[in-house]
Amino acid sequence: MLPLFYIFGAVAILAALSVVLQQTPVYSALSLIVVLCSLAVVYLLLGAEFLAVIQVIVYAGAIMVLFVLVIMLLNARRETPADRSRMARWLGFPLLIAFFGQILFATWRHFSGLHATPQMAAGPKSIGELLFRNYALPFELTSVLILVAILGAVILAKKQV
Amino acid sequence: MAPLNHILALSVILFGLGAAGFVIRRNIITIFMCIELMLNAVNLAFVGFSRYLGDLSGQIFVFFVIVVAAAEAAVGLAIIIAVERNRQTLAIDEIDSMKM
Repeated sequence: MLPLFYIFGAVAILAALSVVLQQTPVYSALSLIVVLCSLAVVYLLLGAEFLAVIQVIVYAGAIMVLFVLVIMLLNARRETPADRSRMARWLGFPLLIAFFGQILFATWRHFSGLHATPQMAAGPKSIGELLFRNYALPFELTSVLILVAILGAVILAKKQV
Repeated sequence: MAPLNHILALSVILFGLGAAGFVIRRNIITIFMCIELMLNAVNLAFVGFSRYLGDLSGQIFVFFVIVVAAAEAAVGLAIIIAVERNRQTLAIDEIDSMKM
């Protein structure tokens, strides 16, 4: 079980690098699908079966299809390289790496040596019970949110805005 | 079972890559995909903590994050389509004024 986590973690990191570094949006979108699927495997290894399935169906299935559809609809080509200032290259990137390296170092030190709780039930049954017992109101509110999002998307994408 | 700090390290690396892509990319759709990458990094941290604390509430949070991400993707892509229709470009360097 343990090597699988590192294998799929490495796949996720490499695909995320590809998302960031690809010049063409379609390649970025396909790399992002690889990231999402390998994260679904990681969720599976962490005992979150329901979330792994939701991740593949909703994220990799629905949201990314929407992305690829819009990329093809708008005919998004290879982006033109930006003439970045020299300061961004020699000061910005090292600062970005230093910032996230610091966060990485702090989390690594602070959370080292923690032991997992014994395997808990995280199937659809226990998730559903928790969702409809303790979190029923937020769940209903998300349905309102989705309704508003549907209306907003339709109105925004109309011919005359 | 992977230690918690390894899971969080993966989460931080993915978030950092998403943030870096948000800054360096010039295409508005790619920037939007970098936001999705950051959301997924946060989801991974939620699942890791949920596993290690033995509390399922973290997974409920991830469920809500996925729902909000779906709504955000629908509205965001509609905005991108509207912008492209008005400006005929996807490069954010050229979309720099709020008035038409």
